[in-house]
Amino acid sequence: MQRMCRMLALCLAAVFIFGLAACDQKPEQKPAAQSAQPAAETKAAPAPAAEKKLKIGFVYVSPVGDAGYSYAHHMGYKAVAALPGVEASYVESVAEGADSERVITNMARKDFDLIFSTSFGFMDPSLKVAKEFPNVKIMHCSGFKTAPNMSNYFGRMYQARYLTGMIAGLMTKKNIIGYVAAFPIPEVIRGINAFTLGARSVNPQAQVRVVWTKTWYDPALEKDAAVSLLDVGADVLTQHQDSPAPQEAAQQRGAYCIGYNSDMSSFAPKANLTSAVWNWAPFYVKTVEEVRNGVWKGGQAIWEGMDKGVVDIAPYGAAVPEDVKAKVEAKRAELKAGKDEIFVGPIKDQSGKERIAAGQKAPDADLLGMTWFVEGIVGTTE
Amino acid sequence: MAALRVIKRDEPWKGGALVIVLGALAFSLAAAILMLAAQGKSPLLGAQVLWQGTFGHLFALEDALRKAVPIFLCSLGVAVAFRMQVWNIGAEGQFALGAIAATWAALTFPGLPKILLLSFMFLAALAAGGFWAFIPAWLKLRFKVNEIITTLMLNYIAILLLDYLVFGVWKDPSSFGFPMTPEFGPNAILGPIGGTRLHWGLAVCAVAGVGFWAFFRFTILGYELKAGGEGARVARYAGLRYGFLVAFVMIASGALAGLAGCVETSASLGRLQPSIMTGYGYTAIVVAWLARLEPLPIALASFLLALLRVGVENLQLEMQIPAAYGSIMEGLILLTVLAGQFFQTYRLEWRRGE
Repeated sequence: MQRMCRMLALCLAAVFIFGLAACDQKPEQKPAAQSAQPAAETKAAPAPAAEKKLKIGFVYVSPVGDAGYSYAHHMGYKAVAALPGVEASYVESVAEGADSERVITNMARKDFDLIFSTSFGFMDPSLKVAKEFPNVKIMHCSGFKTAPNMSNYFGRMYQARYLTGMIAGLMTKKNIIGYVAAFPIPEVIRGINAFTLGARSVNPQAQVRVVWTKTWYDPALEKDAAVSLLDVGADVLTQHQDSPAPQEAAQQRGAYCIGYNSDMSSFAPKANLTSAVWNWAPFYVKTVEEVRNGVWKGGQAIWEGMDKGVVDIAPYGAAVPEDVKAKVEAKRAELKAGKDEIFVGPIKDQSGKERIAAGQKAPDADLLGMTWFVEGIVGTTE
Repeated sequence: MAALRVIKRDEPWKGGALVIVLGALAFSLAAAILMLAAQGKSPLLGAQVLWQGTFGHLFALEDALRKAVPIFLCSLGVAVAFRMQVWNIGAEGQFALGAIAATWAALTFPGLPKILLLSFMFLAALAAGGFWAFIPAWLKLRFKVNEIITTLMLNYIAILLLDYLVFGVWKDPSSFGFPMTPEFGPNAILGPIGGTRLHWGLAVCAVAGVGFWAFFRFTILGYELKAGGEGARVARYAGLRYGFLVAFVMIASGALAGLAGCVETSASLGRLQPSIMTGYGYTAIVVAWLARLEPLPIALASFLLALLRVGVENLQLEMQIPAAYGSIMEGLILLTVLAGQFFQTYRLEWRRGE
């Protein structure tokens, strides 16, 4: 006991000394790179650098290290940060609501030129900041409001979902496919619908069973949901959440799985067929260049698809046979060429009622507000 | 050989609380510096950036005050119950109910004059939060069900109820199917104070805080509550109405959390949406403990905690330090302060051994 106490005291002393030492050394090692940043606070003091750097901010709803939604945006951030003449930064794990308003406002106060707010719930806070700081340009992801200095953008993830649906439809033996769904909002519902349309385009017998977890990241709950789908006989699973738990569950039971957000194959190398992935880097770099060249426009609603490379599917897993790949690649080539006929009628809803008439293409506004399921889905939109 | 020995103090250490808090802060800061250094970031710059993001800037103080409002109200709420040793873990759910009730009032009577509508929203929130907390009180008194479990479980029910409303009956038809109610009319918004970013929720806090202090200081009921905390048998022996007291503290506790929900919906969001639930109800429990259930320390602790949370955002922004760093710092401070209270009752002494 006595000896332990003394050891503890020694350790504490060491901690303090080491802490102080670290305090002294570090600033000398790299003074120039970082000392410029806080200077933004005291505007007048330092002389402006030779050329003004573009300041770009990113706001994420979740941590960037989760292989999920924010991780995908963060890959785009890295591409932007590597550009010459750009100073980029980010704040992660920002709660939607009052917290996000504060974070975005602080970026505007620090004279950021362009802010990417990457979650739906940042919409109203972004709009408030846009109105208060007319010189700041804001790009908001996945919402529907704009301002003269605020545009919104998103990707047509449903195109990638359609392709993954085709793979699931071709790979299922029991014709039951499980979908671990996040929240019943249009983005998720649209993805489930496109996935189902893709599956049934190659396998009209296929049935997609939906379970809602009402989470974006809760590995335990999402695993339970996956297991419940496996229990009712699903032999292919896909998901909408950030955690790879459903992938792991599928592999444990010998079922196949399809990931989302980023390539999730490393979490279930045997079972993973592919993933529907975001690829934000080209779009973010393009937007930054638009701002730099003074051609960026506010008030826009930008919704780009596979033809621009914002969404795609990850490399196929080993279990996918060549004939399946060939069929999917044919459709992928069409989408890459800009031919998007996924939501072209006739498309019926679950009750058999025709929602999109034969030959008609659903307008974007309908897709953005989609709250009904297509035929072939077992589950409710609640 | 000399050695450290732990000795119980004859009486609590006078002025020790301050020393303990400062010591704990110094320890946490040292550990935080180490963590920064381990990441290859400059601790000196870190301290400078943290300073600018907290005390160094008027904006930061303003932001922290705003963020402290819901934490303070919820914390005051749980402190009422804790003082009587009734363990209300349900501030989160009572907060949700307050937000729901205020939203109901705002959406149902948008035409009322501002004063009337806001008062109505506040009353509805107080009543709803109080009602939600009364359920576990009743279960405790009638069936001797442990309130820790019931209050905790009611949190989940409250959040699901909130989800049900915003995903269903209250969903804004013009929101493209996204879960949020329509925006409140201008009469339902608790506005800013003067030209600042602060809102009148701050005044609500002041009233609640002073009310809390005066109630326990000057009223007989307040005194009874403190005495009732010794347990049901003691209370009955002293001729106190234990059942009434339990119901009273739970209702007051829930009402305060409900008030926080109302202020947050009205002043910060201007509508109800699921993202209003960010765990203030749980933070409140830690803050109440840290502040030893006293109103002024609760105010201080709420503010400092909010300030820390605001400040680490600046660290993230200026130095790309992960968000988890802030949580670790917060955890370190809370843990060391609570652990430091060991020295309130014990002291260390160098003794000659053989």
